[in-house]
Amino acid sequence: MSATGIGAAVRRKEDYRFLTGNGRYLDDISLPNQSYAYFVRSPHAHATFTVGIEKAENAPGVIAVFTGADIVKAGLGGLICGWVITGKNGEPHKAPPHPLLAVDTVRHVGDPLAVVIAESYAQAKDAAETVEVDYQPKAAVTSPTAALDNSAPQVHADAPGNLCYDWEIGDKSATDAMFNKAHHVTKLELINNRLIPNAIEPRSAIGDYNSGTDEITLYTTSQNPHVARLVISAFVQLTPEHKLRVVAPDIGGGFGSKIFIYSEETVAAWAARELKRPVKWTAERSESFMTDAHGRDHVTHAELALDKSGKFLGMKVSTVANLGAYLSTFATCVPTYLYATLMQGQYTTEAIYCEVKAVFTHTTPVDALRGAGRPEATYVVERLVEQAAREMKMDASDLRKINFIPADAFPYQTQVALQYDSGNYAGSMDQALKLIDYKGFSKRKEQSKAEGKLRGVGFSAYIEACGIAPSAVVGSLGAGVGLYESAEIRFNPTGNVTVFTGSHSHGQGHETTFAQLVSDKLGVPFDNIDVVHGDTARIPFAMGTYGSRSLAVGGSAISKAIDKVIAKGRKIAAHTLEAAEEDIEFKDGNFTVKGTDRTMDIGAVAFAAYVPHNYPSDELEPGLDESAFYDPANFTFPAGTHACEVEVDPDTGVVDIVKWVAADDFGNIVNPMIVEGQVHGGVAHGIGQALLEGCQYAPDSGQLLTGSFMDYGMPRADVFPDIEVATQVTPCPHNPLGVKGCGEAGAIAAPAALVNAITDAIGASNITMPATPEKVWRALNAAG
Amino acid sequence: MAMDIKGEYRISADRQTVWNALNDPEVLKRCIPGCESMEKEADGSYSARMLAKIGPVKAKFSTLISLSDVNPPESYVISGQGKGGPAGFGKGSAEVRLTEIGDQTQLNYSASMQVGGKLAQVGSRLVAGAARKYADDFFSRFVKDVSGDAQAPG
Repeated sequence: MSATGIGAAVRRKEDYRFLTGNGRYLDDISLPNQSYAYFVRSPHAHATFTVGIEKAENAPGVIAVFTGADIVKAGLGGLICGWVITGKNGEPHKAPPHPLLAVDTVRHVGDPLAVVIAESYAQAKDAAETVEVDYQPKAAVTSPTAALDNSAPQVHADAPGNLCYDWEIGDKSATDAMFNKAHHVTKLELINNRLIPNAIEPRSAIGDYNSGTDEITLYTTSQNPHVARLVISAFVQLTPEHKLRVVAPDIGGGFGSKIFIYSEETVAAWAARELKRPVKWTAERSESFMTDAHGRDHVTHAELALDKSGKFLGMKVSTVANLGAYLSTFATCVPTYLYATLMQGQYTTEAIYCEVKAVFTHTTPVDALRGAGRPEATYVVERLVEQAAREMKMDASDLRKINFIPADAFPYQTQVALQYDSGNYAGSMDQALKLIDYKGFSKRKEQSKAEGKLRGVGFSAYIEACGIAPSAVVGSLGAGVGLYESAEIRFNPTGNVTVFTGSHSHGQGHETTFAQLVSDKLGVPFDNIDVVHGDTARIPFAMGTYGSRSLAVGGSAISKAIDKVIAKGRKIAAHTLEAAEEDIEFKDGNFTVKGTDRTMDIGAVAFAAYVPHNYPSDELEPGLDESAFYDPANFTFPAGTHACEVEVDPDTGVVDIVKWVAADDFGNIVNPMIVEGQVHGGVAHGIGQALLEGCQYAPDSGQLLTGSFMDYGMPRADVFPDIEVATQVTPCPHNPLGVKGCGEAGAIAAPAALVNAITDAIGASNITMPATPEKVWRALNAAG
Repeated sequence: MAMDIKGEYRISADRQTVWNALNDPEVLKRCIPGCESMEKEADGSYSARMLAKIGPVKAKFSTLISLSDVNPPESYVISGQGKGGPAGFGKGSAEVRLTEIGDQTQLNYSASMQVGGKLAQVGSRLVAGAARKYADDFFSRFVKDVSGDAQAPG
């Protein structure tokens, strides 16, 4: 292994510019003659309204004020949801209109209804205060279960009963049969708390119109600029795709929230053309809280049936998922195909049935957030399994082991549609048990007891479906897009390389990982490789970054392009070295005639390709520039076991996480340091969910109560222990790199592990996340 | 989010005097904290401009104040609806009841308040305290204004 090749812990090359203030984030960009947008938003969760803009139009510095009516007049379409879910009744989900600006009804606090564009941001904001909106407030509903009540206020006239869909997966009668012969049934009521994504960089956009070419450029905080272009062009119908360029520069975090196509960015692009001036909008933090798509928000009843020996016979899950006031871009697939399909977990459970009712409420739209459905599924499975072990008086790790899918049983067809490709679950569990010194736990528990503390241990044997996804599969399940990825490897005449990738980097370190991959496979020095992403004018059509797919899908596309470069290089070298093509070997960047010292490095080959004086021009085109698309054959299935130990102070209910071990199997690893960082970040996200985070709305008025960092508990460094990461390598058998993906694993695994440890410590069967000191104290005192 | 506040004051003035003051826009204007202007509208309601500050949110509210269930000189319900632009909105109502106790008057009020938008988003934890303070400020000023002498039993 070279110092910069596959497997090397290379320092992230992008960090130098980020840490020295040289990153180019969206708000760092300003264009000449730029104007500024400020959105007028509803303070009510539900109201009809009329709007008067005359005063605002005449306010100082104001260039224009647009309302929902102007958008309608301009003939623009609304925002769409790109995944059709077919319900139990055979009908597609209800898809009520999602206007860019509300026309006569607002449906959540923060719903935009007008935009003021002015010479300065302050002028736009001041003028927005003079927009006269006459609201007729109406009753609101925020809880997903309350929304299903007959008397609940209705969010959309065309979604009766607030129901978006009622969907199911699995074999109901087979599952019932398993429950009928069960020795024991474990039941839990689980709430997966609503999270606000809180990327460090707020959403932001600049629309820029070129009247000479009739082209619009939209600079935007997007994880997938081509998807944004496709939706804005084909569905909003702003302008044809070839007249719209979308640029997503350095982006400060997304966690899924920047996958989606939102109103504000789209309006900025449209307004730029209307006004023939650049229009910039950057969310204030308050707007991020109110309008970035939220995550999770499930209410679930789950049951696990076991036989006498502890074997899992069947699982029944019934979930109500909150989708918010409008359908965000991929909202519908999250509580279905990204959730219920993971109910198999790592186990041989014989029959599974899961039904999901997805509902509209007067809250911010809910969509994918780091893990997207899979943290919710892991929470259900792993809470049930741990609770079952306690009820059956079995060791929680032993119970898992007797139910694990054996390492030799792959490929393994699950009861819930997926086919797992590879895995070694017992291997990861053993690794975790060793790392956490499980044997020594009872002694540590005694020690803690002597110090007046309650110690608990918890596991989470998680699995995720990543590398999203085979286009044919997701197409058959209702997705409106393919989920391949693209890449281009462009040698320059002087031998350095530009890699164009469809995978967007907004914290993942692709510039380093992908350069390592190319350096390793082509023998080009690491520093001579640049990775370009995030600009529809520069990269091939691409699907972007989410679902831990960048390396598994984007990296595989790069790998395919590399193969094409080598194949062409071999031909060029054969010609130059006057040898047969099949006699040319490629290794470490050199094309060599087998068994001789006649050799040519890849830089020389690139030069020959661009200065083709001595070149097989009759059979080869000049240039060394190859592109590839890669459509995966299956999802990838990263899995592993996280284990943690907590100490609870019974006097205060404060939970201290004293140890965390992550035993993960991500297949092959390109950069172990980046992988470890991703695991740390994911675990931090999951600990946040389990201990601190939780979006709250006032149930009567629908007001967002956790609308700032004063009231929304973000995890800080003091809650985290050292996180010990160990990996096991079971390569993915179907992608050329054997990789699986790691960005979401921690967020998927962590909440169940932590809640299992807390409930173990305090002797409770359940506690609702976030497990705040108050809740823990109350549970302790109720239990005692 | 909504909250309910109650209070009780003893005023050294007869009930009719207190009642008159409760219906005098000049007195109300003097007593409503942050009230900059108050005008009587054709329909008997009042429109007022108020500056309110709750936690980090400071905003000018255009407020419409109206009286209902008027039962002179004993009780009425005073309601206000304020729009604070981007700061959100506040609305509330208070039932005010006057009881004769000798030559003094006892004033009881029971108010409920609701805020929304940015006020609720960034100030929700502060709103209950702020609302109580506003109510206390108003009634203690009012009591002083009417009698120059307030006794607020614990």
